[in-house]
Amino acid sequence: MRSERAVDVLVVGAGPAGVAAAAALAAAGAPRVEVLEREARAGGVPRHCHHGGFGDRMVAGVALPGTSGPRYARRCVDAALRAGATVRTGVTATGWAGPLTLDTTAPGGLERLRARAVVLATGARERPRAARLVPGSRPDGVYTTGELQQAVHLFGRRVGTRAVVVGAEPVAYAALDTLRRAGVHVVAQVTASGRPEAPARRAAVARLWHATPLLTDTEVVELTGRGRLAGVRLRHRDGRGGHLACDTVVFTGDFVPDHELARRGGVPLAPGTRAPAVDAASRTAVRGVFAVGNLAHAVEPAGAVAAEGRRAATAVRRFLATGEWPVPHAAR
Amino acid sequence: MERRRHGRVTRAGNLPGGAYDVTVVGAGVVGAAVARELARHPLRIAVVEASDDVGEGTSKANTAILHTGFDAVPGSLESRLVRDGQRRLAAYAAEAGIPVEPVGALLVAWDEAQLAALPGLAEKAARNGHHEARLLDAAAVRAREPHLGPGALGALDVPGESVICPWTTPLAYATQAVRSGVDLHLACRVTAAARDGDTHVLTTGRGALRTRYLVNAAGLGADTLDRLLGHDTFTVTPRRGQLIVYDKLARDLVRHILLPVPTALGKGVLVAPTVYGNVLLGPTAEDLDDRRATGSTAAGLAALREQGARILPDLVDEEVTAVYAGLRAATEHDDYQIHARPEQRYVTVGGIRSTGLTASMAIAAYVTDLLAETGLRLGAPRDLAPVRMPNLGEAFPRPYQRAEMIAADPAYGAVVCHCERVTRGEIRDALRSTVPPVSVDGLRRRTRARGGRCQGFYCGAAVRELLEGRDPTRPARGDS
Ligand SMILES: Cc1cc2nc3c(=O)[nH]c(=O)nc-3n(C[C@H](O)[C@H](O)[C@H](O)COP(=O)(O)OP(=O)(O)OC[C@H]3O[C@@H](n4cnc5c(N)ncnc54)[C@H](O)[C@@H]3O)c2cc1C
Ligand SMILES: Cc1cc2nc3c(=O)[nH]c(=O)nc-3n(C[C@H](O)[C@H](O)[C@H](O)COP(=O)(O)OP(=O)(O)OC[C@H]3O[C@@H](n4cnc5c(N)ncnc54)[C@H](O)[C@@H]3O)c2cc1C
Repeated sequence: MRSERAVDVLVVGAGPAGVAAAAALAAAGAPRVEVLEREARAGGVPRHCHHGGFGDRMVAGVALPGTSGPRYARRCVDAALRAGATVRTGVTATGWAGPLTLDTTAPGGLERLRARAVVLATGARERPRAARLVPGSRPDGVYTTGELQQAVHLFGRRVGTRAVVVGAEPVAYAALDTLRRAGVHVVAQVTASGRPEAPARRAAVARLWHATPLLTDTEVVELTGRGRLAGVRLRHRDGRGGHLACDTVVFTGDFVPDHELARRGGVPLAPGTRAPAVDAASRTAVRGVFAVGNLAHAVEPAGAVAAEGRRAATAVRRFLATGEWPVPHAAR
Repeated sequence: MERRRHGRVTRAGNLPGGAYDVTVVGAGVVGAAVARELARHPLRIAVVEASDDVGEGTSKANTAILHTGFDAVPGSLESRLVRDGQRRLAAYAAEAGIPVEPVGALLVAWDEAQLAALPGLAEKAARNGHHEARLLDAAAVRAREPHLGPGALGALDVPGESVICPWTTPLAYATQAVRSGVDLHLACRVTAAARDGDTHVLTTGRGALRTRYLVNAAGLGADTLDRLLGHDTFTVTPRRGQLIVYDKLARDLVRHILLPVPTALGKGVLVAPTVYGNVLLGPTAEDLDDRRATGSTAAGLAALREQGARILPDLVDEEVTAVYAGLRAATEHDDYQIHARPEQRYVTVGGIRSTGLTASMAIAAYVTDLLAETGLRLGAPRDLAPVRMPNLGEAFPRPYQRAEMIAADPAYGAVVCHCERVTRGEIRDALRSTVPPVSVDGLRRRTRARGGRCQGFYCGAAVRELLEGRDPTRPARGDS
């Protein structure tokens, strides 16, 4: 009892990459462009990034600052809608029913959608504690930035009182900001790398202005506490160890593409990565299937993935017009 | 079928007065099974459990195999109860909607010593009443398990070994027991035991509880409670088992439960599918003193990954979804420690070490018989009203795949936890169920919500909102 329908281009994921592709396709006159988004609201990760820095760009050598995540998300989605794309929220693409044919689940029922081209834009997630094989107990109070931001910015939830942030990629600094906004004292930021992996200004603000100690060359080797987190055990590269008392720990960065749909569709991954192998036109090895955004390379700024989505739109249109697809180099 | 009023599920406040006919201490899979079995009789029954949920102890952290008992010590009580329990639970699971997948097991031999041990194991299986075990040569093993690492010399094929949902099982027992009149007192630890004439008076964190008969199903705490009753016949030495759960994208790598061949040099680890569509690697076996040491260790995880890489090399390249550890209630004895003390109207169910999930229903029937021998007048049994638990298994249709369910109630089409495809309807049902969860973990064991590869990156905050009775599609502030 699945209803069946055909569209021209099916985009899975209404983050910056997917909606940019859909907007460009619809604007160029592709008739039926449909974006599926499993969340109740379109926009992807920026929806819950309340800090600024989305869509920063250089114009004639001048840096134009971007805007906040939610505003950026809304702007991207509005552009796609204005161009004539359909954006359906609360719809999950659950799997493939055949080439270029996806099954979906939504409160309105089950559907089978056949497309002439499919653009996968399912994004990336941070590796959680378990996937990092951090040993110890399994207490409450263990977050990724994604969960933390949603808890604080979308739902106004209380998180804890004393936090340790793991990682020093830019996203770690977003976690620091979010924790501060939630009134959580940050005990320390810990990174296995030798230095911050974010712009120097951000790192300096955190360290000097907010006086958050940054422990470099240091790993979290154990979580302690029963019920609620009691602390994290640390080990420095030189062998020294220690224990920091905290009730919250945020594992940031270490992005991994959300590639389930791609892999279930037989899309091969690029060797040594967890991302689908794509060429410069965002084409995967499966005819008619494109992959864009953080799914294809975790993780880039939102403005960069949106630009990539627009470029992919050109390639999609070319494919719809010519039906040409490169022969995969080595049959695996 | 006579209808009886529902029992109560309490987590706070004083315990009801008056004496129960029977009280079971411990709401693990064993205690819950005992309560359910007793509920068939016209008795006033209580279960008291220290933690705030059913199945919070060892019962939530095992390898989830419904054993045939092919490798038990022939003639032991454990062997008998595992075999009987397997049959009972397989039938009950079909009736109650507990997912089971009869994938079968292969004991894979990786060296000559292990290969040489296989015929003996086949013989032992036969002595345990299992006559279907067959030896496979290296080529046959490879045909059955194409992703196996190099060097498998042969295997013993044991059809009938199955995987089961360890979370639904105790919940089904407890649900049916409560619906049949059993009172379930959670967050209620027993700290002392005394007698008042013929009646036991248990001291708990929530006041006194009086009962005529007592069943000790306290798992890791069974010896402690036994000592409170004046007995000193066994000591629990927790044997930790750490496990790694791999992502669903690894599920196609393995078709059977791949069991290690036990030899004099020790026991290796297993690789097994789960009913949720994941792959398990483990467990370790570490004798400890601390009965609360359910944490994982770097050494344990490294050892598992090393062994896993040999058994199924592609497995360790997949993402890890979860890591957990359970404690087997091992004792100095080589069998279950189930003892009736007629003079005390008391039955101990201890040392249910690594097969208690499988044996649970047979243990329950055995304990009920012991209580009768101890003097408890059971009264005529009746059939219990059947329960039908929500399906958590991948082998059976789940709500997000069922058009008719979604048409009747769109909440079953609203996916909240994306990795595990758990809908709002299922979460709502769990919160309204007979034994509702009070924690994120409890909700996960009833729905799988937040138990997938992202561990909450996408849905964690929304799931917590739902658990607390709020609607996450209407954020308090933010992005609309
Ligand atoms: C905490 C954090 C802070 C960041 N800060 C910045 C910043 O300051 N500046 C900046 O430029 N960038 C920032 N980024 C990066 C930026 O958010 C990403 O580059 C961008 O969101 C990637 O866009 P995307 O479209 O590839 O994926 P996403 O934004 O992840 O969108 C993917 C969408 O696909 C949907 N989806 C997935 N699978 C399915 C399915 N099967 N069916 C239906 N829908 C599906 C998801 O629900 C999601 O909405 C940050 C990222 C994070 C995590
Ligand atoms: C790593 C591992 C793998 C396993 N694999 C399998 C398998 O594949 N198949 C299988 O059949 N079995 C397996 N087992 C064994 C199985 O999990 C156990 O035998 C079973 O869960 C024991 O159940 P239980 O009810 O006796 O104990 P528990 O589940 O521990 O329940 C005992 C309960 O008593 C409560 N309690 C204790 N003291 C008190 C007190 N004083 N007052 C109130 N409450 C108290 C505890 O809180 C606890 O909830 C495995 C075990 C482990 C550790």
